[in-house]
Amino acid sequence: MTSESVIREPLVTGGKTVHDVTDDICRRVEEKPAKSWLLAMAASLGALTIGILAVAILVWEGIGSWGLNKTVGWAWDITNFVWWVGIGHAGTLISAVLLLFRQRWRMSINRAAEAMTIFAVICALQFPVLHMGRPWLGFYWALPLPNTFGSLWVNFNSPLLWDVFAISTYFSVSLVFWYIGLVPDFATIRDRATGISKIVYGALSLGWNGAAKAWSRYETVSLILAGLATPLVLSVHTIVSFDFATSVIPGWHTTIFPPYFVAGAIFSGFAMVLTLLVITRAVYKLEDYITIGHIELMNIIIIITGSVVGIAYITEFFIAWYSGVEPEQYAFINRATGPYWWAYWSMMTCNVISPQLFWFKKIRTNIAATFVLSIVVNIGMWFERFVIIVTSLHRDFVPSSWAMFYPTRYDVGVYIFTFGLFFTLFFAFAKFFPVINMAEVKSIVKPTGEKK
Amino acid sequence: MKETKKYWKGLEQLQNTAEFQEKANKEFPEYLPLTGEGDESSRRDFLKLMGFGLAAVSLAACETPVRKAIPYVRKPETVDPSNANYYASTYVSGSDVCPVVVKTREGRPINVEGNKMSSVSGGGTYPQVQASVLSLYDKERLQSPLINGKKASWSDLDAAVTGALSAASGKIALVSHSVASPSTLAAISKLKEKYPSLDHVQYDSYSYDGLTSAYEAAFGTKSFPLYDFSKAKTIVTFGYDFLGSAPNATLSTKQFASTRKLTDSKKDMSRLYAFEANLTITGANADYRTLIKPSQEGLYVAALYNEVASKLGAATIASKKIEDSATIKKAAADLLKSKGASLVVSGSSDVAVQQLVIALNDLLGSYGSTIDASKSLKTRAGDDKKFGSFVSELKSGVVGGVIFYNCNPVYDSAFGADIQAGLAKVKFSLSTADRKDETSALVKYQAPDHHYLESWNDFEPISGSYSLSQPTIKNIFDTRQAQDSFLTWAGVETSYYDFIRSNWETYGYPSATGFASFDAYWDKCLHDGVYDAASGEAEVLSPTVDVASIASAISSSYTLDNAGLELVIYQKASIGDGTQANNPWLQEMPDPISKATWDNYLTVSPKQVEEWGIALGDMTTQLVKLTVGGVSLEVPVLPQPGQAYGTIGLALGYGRTVAGKVANGVGVNAYPLIASKGGSLSFAVTSGVSVEPTSTSYQIAQTQTHHTYMGRETVVQEALLKEYQKDPQAGRHFPKIATAEGMVKPYAVSLWKGHSYANHHWGLSIDLNSCTGCGACTVACQVENNIPVVGKEEVLNRREMHWIRIDRYYSSDATKEDGYTAMEKASANPEITFQPMMCQQCNNAPCETVCPVAATTHSTEGLNQMTYNRCIGTRYCANNCPYKVRRFNWFKYHDNKQFDKNMAMNNDLGKMVLNPDVTVRARGVMEKCTFCVQRIQAGKLEAKKEGRRPSDADVTTACASACPSEALVFGDMKNPESKISQMLKIQSSDKGVESKEPRAYHVLEELRVMPNVWYLTKIRNKDEKAVKEEAEA
Repeated sequence: MTSESVIREPLVTGGKTVHDVTDDICRRVEEKPAKSWLLAMAASLGALTIGILAVAILVWEGIGSWGLNKTVGWAWDITNFVWWVGIGHAGTLISAVLLLFRQRWRMSINRAAEAMTIFAVICALQFPVLHMGRPWLGFYWALPLPNTFGSLWVNFNSPLLWDVFAISTYFSVSLVFWYIGLVPDFATIRDRATGISKIVYGALSLGWNGAAKAWSRYETVSLILAGLATPLVLSVHTIVSFDFATSVIPGWHTTIFPPYFVAGAIFSGFAMVLTLLVITRAVYKLEDYITIGHIELMNIIIIITGSVVGIAYITEFFIAWYSGVEPEQYAFINRATGPYWWAYWSMMTCNVISPQLFWFKKIRTNIAATFVLSIVVNIGMWFERFVIIVTSLHRDFVPSSWAMFYPTRYDVGVYIFTFGLFFTLFFAFAKFFPVINMAEVKSIVKPTGEKK
Repeated sequence: MKETKKYWKGLEQLQNTAEFQEKANKEFPEYLPLTGEGDESSRRDFLKLMGFGLAAVSLAACETPVRKAIPYVRKPETVDPSNANYYASTYVSGSDVCPVVVKTREGRPINVEGNKMSSVSGGGTYPQVQASVLSLYDKERLQSPLINGKKASWSDLDAAVTGALSAASGKIALVSHSVASPSTLAAISKLKEKYPSLDHVQYDSYSYDGLTSAYEAAFGTKSFPLYDFSKAKTIVTFGYDFLGSAPNATLSTKQFASTRKLTDSKKDMSRLYAFEANLTITGANADYRTLIKPSQEGLYVAALYNEVASKLGAATIASKKIEDSATIKKAAADLLKSKGASLVVSGSSDVAVQQLVIALNDLLGSYGSTIDASKSLKTRAGDDKKFGSFVSELKSGVVGGVIFYNCNPVYDSAFGADIQAGLAKVKFSLSTADRKDETSALVKYQAPDHHYLESWNDFEPISGSYSLSQPTIKNIFDTRQAQDSFLTWAGVETSYYDFIRSNWETYGYPSATGFASFDAYWDKCLHDGVYDAASGEAEVLSPTVDVASIASAISSSYTLDNAGLELVIYQKASIGDGTQANNPWLQEMPDPISKATWDNYLTVSPKQVEEWGIALGDMTTQLVKLTVGGVSLEVPVLPQPGQAYGTIGLALGYGRTVAGKVANGVGVNAYPLIASKGGSLSFAVTSGVSVEPTSTSYQIAQTQTHHTYMGRETVVQEALLKEYQKDPQAGRHFPKIATAEGMVKPYAVSLWKGHSYANHHWGLSIDLNSCTGCGACTVACQVENNIPVVGKEEVLNRREMHWIRIDRYYSSDATKEDGYTAMEKASANPEITFQPMMCQQCNNAPCETVCPVAATTHSTEGLNQMTYNRCIGTRYCANNCPYKVRRFNWFKYHDNKQFDKNMAMNNDLGKMVLNPDVTVRARGVMEKCTFCVQRIQAGKLEAKKEGRRPSDADVTTACASACPSEALVFGDMKNPESKISQMLKIQSSDKGVESKEPRAYHVLEELRVMPNVWYLTKIRNKDEKAVKEEAEA
């Protein structure tokens, strides 16, 4: 156990002892489900059911169930995909990058953040499959598998294929990282559990024995995975942005996209982490672990990334003007003043203006304000992707093909499907898995348990 | 237990011979004669056969659809599976005739193209001709003769009809559209011989009686003159849509287009002035277009006459002065400048106006050069007065019997209601219509005629120019050719085929030279499909026109300041008169001007729309209550730039009630609104028209909703003729790309090595100057490439599937300084540009790089290929296509009840029209123009068999072949002999091909996608660039 300076503000408040930590976290797993949890889970399953219906009709009838058309070939599908992938950024950033920078405040939030990442990526992955005209073939044709089609290979030039690699890598690394972190905690639960739980958690804990050697390996693996995951934080959204940046469509064909997308992803990921933590913290009474200090730090990151995104928006306009390319100039003027002006200005308000409120300490340390703004940011980030995808496509080069996109109930339904999926997974996680990394948090409680 | 008794199976066992012992242990002592070759068969064979039997029995028990695939017992010599056969024939529908070549595969017609040898059509087609092959496979056609709506046999029907005809008291009328078939007329004469009270009444659903009557007055014979637009340097049209709905527009289009083509050696082109209310295809191609109301038309003609006459020193006529006479003065000056090569035409149904036009043409010396009055176009022989008197006789009950020969006057004439009422009083009524339609539903006897593709027939659409029709398939249903019916009822024993043959011995054969026998002559005519009788020196006739009396007639019936609304009834290029309304290809074809499908609507000037307070949205508009005379209709409003303020337009051909499930209930019927003026029908209603806005909203499915090209010179490049004459590159836009070495041409910079084409490199050239926007290519492509029809709902969802579209752009008064929003608004009287747009087959195709599964790839011949089987439908290619020409199969369009209007893919009969060389695409895959790769392959094979390189004659695309103006030219850019290479002055280098033709450009050149489609700049023969036009009326 490392020792903390006595002057440093404690990262865990309430004078928690190591035993308190074990009790506080394990109790959530061991207790009978709370009513609030049951309600939340029911709501999520309800959304999931509605969503599955929408997905079923979509797959049965065809992509025509959505509102897409000859001009706008992607809309909600890829908007949602990028949005979920973006949300999936915070987890790895928090656990990997902050681990490498020895930011110990991350310890009480990284578990939930990583879980959120994994679930968000699972949700994101639904869209590349569902948006295909023939998903029953596409889900494996898009992989470079040996085949009997005269050794027909995938097209390595296609950014969509890069996506396949980028996201699957990111998903696997995140999943392993998350699971490795869970092993000691599963062992703790196993040790306290009886009956069938003992068997299940026993299996999940992979025979963890708490020996010094095990701990040493655990630390090493964590460090290695953190090292591997860090570049992924940058690469995933960079590659997702290539879907657009390498195309010829005005509003897509932009070199600024990789950093802009990464910043946006961190921005939305942190917002989503905040939304979830504020709820979890209140429901599970984890105020001592997830403190106002945590929330403030995360809000500061939101100001920074929000401002980066804002600058990117302005830069795009400048470059459009500076490039002298007519369709490019039109694309941007059309974003701000064309038929989709409302989407553009929603994006600007939510992403650029609203996070600036966090400059006020009162606001950034206020739970309610944080909660509201975190949702506002995610709405804004959804609009950002919508603006990029739809407003660029709907009026590109040849004016005769300019058209509008109107979503149908199936566009909404499939989005609801991913929400249902996400929250079902998240609530299941919150109930059955330790939501806070006990093993790590124990390293930052004051050993004496002295009251602060 | 010891056995006490022993039983033998037979004596053999008792004897227990060696032979018995050998066989005793075998289950089957003798070999089962299963294969017939005893020694080789084994138990395995038995099991195999048992297994087969079992499988066969169980398979037979499954319910399999019965497919009537009957192999040839003796294969016809000329029919080879998968090889196409071509037959010359002639399309006929309503009054129209067009010589065609029919492509058949395994005995079924699948495609119709223009007959390039025809002097009547010039080799082109129009959308209805292209689409007609699907009407053959319409299962809503009548499948047998009917008596009182009940199925009958032909012999019963013949007995009943001959009995009824003999017994008929009073007049018997045989009503038809214009019949341009000499043998049909002869067959009708035979019928007339038998039943002397029979009278043949011809009418046209869109009548030109005013014109033909004027020629009767001026020349003595009622005829439709032959215009020759190819000789005209200055053309003035007063509402005569010779590039669109006018009869035989394919020929006028070809002739007109020939005057619009520009080359290094021919830097001059004709000039077209149009004075009209509706924006027609002709008006859209005019250099100067003036908006006039129908009530002003006579005065404008008079003003032009006076202007010309005064310059020539002839007598002028008394007429009201028109206010804005600048264009008329200019037109007159141009007409006089090109005297002898000038042409004035009018679509007016007013005999006086037409007579004045004749006088004007006479002054200009048009007779003998641009107009041949000695010949006539026989497809508009209708006589409004005769038809009118027939209707009144019918109504009064004088008519004893009526035969409707392939016409539907209850629907497609102005007197539908009267005829319907009159029919109740007629004892004998018969229709030869191919289906239960508005008229045939009311008659006693239905004797359905063959489709033209099942018929023998002959035509003389233009005096002295004959064409033949031959069956390309045995009649699908129990129908009988109407002419055979006529001959049968007339008691003539010969078949119609023999009848035609015997007639042809007298038509062209006597003057034909170089034929050994009539058989040789006949075979040649049948092979070619057309025959032009040798004509001597054309006789130049002079008209006699009493201009003074005309002047007073015009002064009294025309006014400059009619405050009331005026209705102009027109025909769309797609549906025409509505005869083929049940053809979904035509219903879904975008109107060349409005780009609307599946509807008719009021075309209204945007100013008027605003005044009426119509709420407009993205494809949404409102219904208005239109009242004309006593008839009221609820009809949607479509704001139409270029519509004269104070006038509204409404298309014929819609509002069918008994036509079939595709046509029924689409749009409103405009026929009852046609006005009758002095015996002639008038398609312009100048009084008694009122419109009352309602609050009901309505959606019109348009394929293009953004109408201006936003000043994008990378898309549309145009110039004035005088600029072009000075600099052939006038109007060209040369984008530059900034590099470290300064500004360079886009094609100078590349990350790509490029493709090398060893053998062929296909290209398409599109002349924006001669494309009239008619839309024949759109339907031709649909037929050739099995393109599904998606229906109005899906067009509203912007998911039409056409691989080639014609972008129609209006000019805008605004420039970039006025802002983008202002540029979206079209001028009140815009200049029009038509731009056919299909896959550009880019050499650096943006779609190819983004497909994750390599479903779209580049061919060694420059084609951008689409592998439907491999496509997983990510739509990334469509998004990344800068031309937006890729089409996605949003739903399953075949074998899907939801899309039953897609007739060609949703019932067994309709499917016979599908081109077997082209895959029917599955749901969820992308598709697009392939440059008709199946035709390329077929042409290459043909050439290969003969051991030579393919030439232009071997390969052309469906669109280029259909184009009546030859604006589309397809060919091999690697072949220096090809037309495209020569036209574009193609130069090949390792960097790709380059065109040295100054007018040739690539759309979106700056993207460096390097298309294989070249556009030639649009050149307008105007003196000055269009100025802001403030006045709308």
